[in-house]
Amino acid sequence: MPELKLVSKNFEYDDQPDIKSAMSRGAYQQWKRVLSEKIPPEDIIEEVKTAKLRGQGGAGFPAGVKWGFVPKDSPKPKYLCVNADEGEPGTFKDRALLEKDPHQLLEGIAITCYAVGIHTAFIYMRGEFYEPQRIVQDAIDQAKKEGLLGENISGSGFNLEVIIHMGAGAYICGEETALLNSLEGGKGWPRLKPPFPALVGAFNCPTVINNVETISGVPHILRMGGEEFAKIGTEKDGGTKLFGVSGHAAKPGLYELPMGTSLKELIYDHAGGVRDGKGLKAVIPGGSSTPILKPDELDIPLEFEAMMDAGTMLGSGAAVVLDETVSIPQVFMVMSRFYAHESCGQCTPCREGCTWVYKTAKKIAEGNGQPSDLDLILDIAPMFNGTTVCPLGAALAAPAVAMVEKFRDEFLKLMKN
Amino acid sequence: MRTLSDSTRQQAQALMEMYPTKEAAMLPVLHLAQKEFGLIDDEAEQVVAEVMGISPVSVRETSRFYFMYHHHPVGKYHLQVCQNISCTIMGAETILDHIKRRLGIEAEERTEDGLFSVERVECIACCDRGPAMLVNDKLHTGLTPDKIDGIIKESDPERKLDHMQSEGNKE
Ligand SMILES: Cc1cc2nc3c(=O)[nH]c(=O)nc-3n(C[C@H](O)[C@H](O)[C@H](O)COP(=O)(O)O)c2cc1C
Ligand code: FES
Repeated sequence: MPELKLVSKNFEYDDQPDIKSAMSRGAYQQWKRVLSEKIPPEDIIEEVKTAKLRGQGGAGFPAGVKWGFVPKDSPKPKYLCVNADEGEPGTFKDRALLEKDPHQLLEGIAITCYAVGIHTAFIYMRGEFYEPQRIVQDAIDQAKKEGLLGENISGSGFNLEVIIHMGAGAYICGEETALLNSLEGGKGWPRLKPPFPALVGAFNCPTVINNVETISGVPHILRMGGEEFAKIGTEKDGGTKLFGVSGHAAKPGLYELPMGTSLKELIYDHAGGVRDGKGLKAVIPGGSSTPILKPDELDIPLEFEAMMDAGTMLGSGAAVVLDETVSIPQVFMVMSRFYAHESCGQCTPCREGCTWVYKTAKKIAEGNGQPSDLDLILDIAPMFNGTTVCPLGAALAAPAVAMVEKFRDEFLKLMKN
Repeated sequence: MRTLSDSTRQQAQALMEMYPTKEAAMLPVLHLAQKEFGLIDDEAEQVVAEVMGISPVSVRETSRFYFMYHHHPVGKYHLQVCQNISCTIMGAETILDHIKRRLGIEAEERTEDGLFSVERVECIACCDRGPAMLVNDKLHTGLTPDKIDGIIKESDPERKLDHMQSEGNKE
């Protein structure tokens, strides 16, 4: 399938962060229409449900359904938290959405807040996003000046404050409940669910948490209509997704494609296959938490369920291309180092388990491993599942098992006996 | 004991009023304090606790959790080299080795003159342009040994190159 650009449509224009330029290309039209036509909030939620917009932060929960969980007549304030923590290794789409089209995000935020009855939105941005912070803050200031955010927007009586909250370097804060604790000033430890954030979230109030890309898609749903948007994708996944390709691809970068495009097409037709005429060893399809695929396993539609059926995950849609020169045990070591480093320390199985996997991976990569280490990894991996507050440990376990099972020979070659 | 400047105190105050709870201003206030002090050590934690009117223990619990709050001084130019998968397979280790040779320090160390420090960091979300690093708040991508030399020289034009002639250029 050819590229189909919705959220990345205006990435090519350098002046897109400027509100006048963005408006000349249609920015805020849907937001203005919502206000001038006084579209009922429930209708917007219905439209987003019809559109089959799925959460793009990794889990794929239907956005409209999530919004519907928020109580309509809450006596407490409600909040939106936009997840701009983008820490999943291999993922770089949210940075682009923040830097290249901040007004699209702000329009999405405004419409979402109107639909759910929210008057304060936080954009939780990872601490290392200095440039995105400058650009988005500037965009917020411009939008306020234009009367598109702030108090009594366009005379509608609707108020909306958008606040950027900078993190300080912790992958776990991308997990939605850790994000909430971090927003409230604490350490980023995930919370037990239930209660779900839609009922008890930020500051103990009902809270919607959505990824940057999810929210950036909202204006397009209003422009096209939910049905048209849904038609672009597959039966369950509406619209497009921004897929990232990095590593040894001939043309690394972002490609916006209809949901359901095959992974093979993404890698070969769009990203140009492997660079320098080298052979392909493997692809990590959706960020480092997703199980690795061999070259003959790539003919899978990029949609949430189909990827699960294939034993992997769509994740954040960030594919890493590994050519034939790559050492899988080395990649395994780098990957497990990340989870060992980023485990928040709250749950014993994750804290101890990730560290143990990393130490074992390092030992193997350095040539000091034994075949029994591999079996132990396979034995221990399932113990991460369901024994912890959040799935960080499981996010190492599944890819670890896949690497060991699919590339066992390569691991064995590094062993002396 | 150190204190925060009046303008930083005012910014901290404004932040505490902006959020639904004053505790929520903790991360941004720690960022402000680090900007002013260069690090968040025990004393900085005390100062933040005093300015925010919350217990030093709560400040410490938060400040020690996040990697971006430095408990030891870093260089004027703090090189944060990505060590994650995409950057690694594009040569991040070579880049890190080159930096270490050029500066004569190991990762997580600072040069004696206090100008440079090097740290390994996890994915910084520009994986299609690796190897990548941040120098303070500026992103550098597509790193090569030559680019590294350029960045070092731009930061410190006086820096003697003989130290820099060692193994690095021979390959
Ligand atoms: C360890 C971990 C890290 C996560 N990191 C991110 C992240 O960086 N960005 C993100 O949007 N979602 C991340 N998530 C998913 C969030 O918990 C949550 O599902 C998402 O923000 C919901 O938004 P969506 O429905 O729009 O995808 C992470 C989840 C886990 C378990
Ligand atoms: S792996 Fe280095 S920026 Fe993502």
